[in-house]
Amino acid sequence: MEKDLNWREFVITRLIKVSGYSAIVFVALIFFFLLREGLPTLGEVSLSNLFSTRWYPIEDYYGILPLITGSLIVTVGASLIAIPFGIGTAIYIAEIAPRWVREILKPLVELLGGLPSVVLGFLGILVLSPWLRVSLNIPTGLTALAGSLLLGAIAIPTVVSVAEDALDTVPRSYREGSWALGATKWQTIWRVTLPAARSGVLTGVMLGIGRAIGETMAVMMVTGNAPVMALKLSSLFSPARTMTATIAAEMGEVASGSVHYHTLFFIGMVLFLISLAVNVAASSVVFRSKKRAERILS
Amino acid sequence: MKSYPLLSGLLLALVILSVSCSSASSSQNSQQSTAYIENKGSDTIVNLALAWAERYQSDYPDVRISVTGGGSGTGIAALINGTVDIANASRQIKKEEIDEAQANGIDPVEFVIARDAIAVIVNPENPVNELTLQQISDIYSGKISNWSEVGGEDRPIVRLSRETNSGTHVYFLETVLRLGEKENKTFFSANTLLLPSSEGIIAEVRQNPNAIGYDGLGYVPHDLKMIAIAEQQGGAFVLPSVETVNDATYPIARDLYMYTAGEPTGTVKIYLDWIITSDEAQGIVKELGFVPIK
Repeated sequence: MEKDLNWREFVITRLIKVSGYSAIVFVALIFFFLLREGLPTLGEVSLSNLFSTRWYPIEDYYGILPLITGSLIVTVGASLIAIPFGIGTAIYIAEIAPRWVREILKPLVELLGGLPSVVLGFLGILVLSPWLRVSLNIPTGLTALAGSLLLGAIAIPTVVSVAEDALDTVPRSYREGSWALGATKWQTIWRVTLPAARSGVLTGVMLGIGRAIGETMAVMMVTGNAPVMALKLSSLFSPARTMTATIAAEMGEVASGSVHYHTLFFIGMVLFLISLAVNVAASSVVFRSKKRAERILS
Repeated sequence: MKSYPLLSGLLLALVILSVSCSSASSSQNSQQSTAYIENKGSDTIVNLALAWAERYQSDYPDVRISVTGGGSGTGIAALINGTVDIANASRQIKKEEIDEAQANGIDPVEFVIARDAIAVIVNPENPVNELTLQQISDIYSGKISNWSEVGGEDRPIVRLSRETNSGTHVYFLETVLRLGEKENKTFFSANTLLLPSSEGIIAEVRQNPNAIGYDGLGYVPHDLKMIAIAEQQGGAFVLPSVETVNDATYPIARDLYMYTAGEPTGTVKIYLDWIITSDEAQGIVKELGFVPIK
């Protein structure tokens, strides 16, 4: 009996171990593949061409700067929308809303998260972009802003869901202690609950940003895909072309092994590195805050 | 007019598969012989050629047609090497290619099988009705960026284009932006919106009075306004239509070709006659957004 249990224990722990390592292996394999397909670009395209501002691959202009800035401005815009609204919604659901509202809101937000992005993109083309053009009086509604709004909508459910869970796990005694000291509800939320749930909330924010920067379909449909440099805040109101949209639009028709093909993989590599940087930044913040929390508790 | 290599590949695989199946069964059941036609070339035409091949094979089960893309040059090269029966081309055969073919003992014969015209479209609210090719080139290259410069209202111009991998994009670049001049290195203005589909362009033009776009003539819906185009300053402005494309007065149009090695005979001749003269085949031309030749 005991031997049988040991044997089962052995198998189960090994299985868990393998599935844990497999994630690392897959990421490493994907990165290796990106490197293999993307690095030849550095030999085929001169650096001055690669880091120029013109992207016109059918005539060998491979400037990726407009694509990087395009992705960044759309993502920054999306974060500006998703972070305050997401955290606000999470706080409302976890701390303020009465029980019955909470029971309606949470599944609704999760339903929003389950909407296919192509559906949102379709709404973006037919409703959002005409509305933006008329109400902001800009030449076209197919702009970085339209992309940001859609991506914000796509990222909010992720942020809300993770942040709300984190707020929910803060022990009730923290809040009671704060109230007992005479703090108001808002002071308690802002000074006690939110800092205590900080690592979970940040994880939600980073997952949301990761979702936004990697999103393709909705962005390709509404941002206009014009490869212009987006350096100022006013660029939000002009068209932009993101890295993901470029890969999606051009990969299907590119000759395998050509310079253009390698460059698209190079863009994929850049995208991968940006996501990696976001994740590393997030986890370093999360780990630091954990240490501090541990210090306080000890 | 976007071509789908994967889809084409799959269809090709299906064609080959059905060829092998049917040849096996027909050799058992009847003594009827199966004729094969190899058809290769332009990616612009590949979907049209596939549609023709499918319809023809369902009408005449004893004929098997395999269609592949690869580009006009690839198709003509294959014709010169004698590996295909029919080469598809979205341009006329070059002098060098004819010489090369004749050196190989092959005399290419040309057939115009359909026409491809691009309509320039604007929102019906836009008062501009006509533009010269030069004006359209200047609009797309960014030299003109307000409708008032071409006789319209004081509105910014929003330029819409297909993605760079579309055959329509390249044709528009060569014929309109660069006015057909080889040395001309005009580019699309960087803030030209590159939309992934015809539908995207049509949706934006439909609701945005600032927009200008282009698309294959057959794809333009009736509620959008087509621009009449003059080839030269002072020339006649011509609206695109089946008639003006076929009498070559509309400037942004081209013939689509099929080439055979020598005068076609047998099955190939019957197939080409069907393509050129039958209402069925030319109806498919219309369905796919091209212009029928009659």
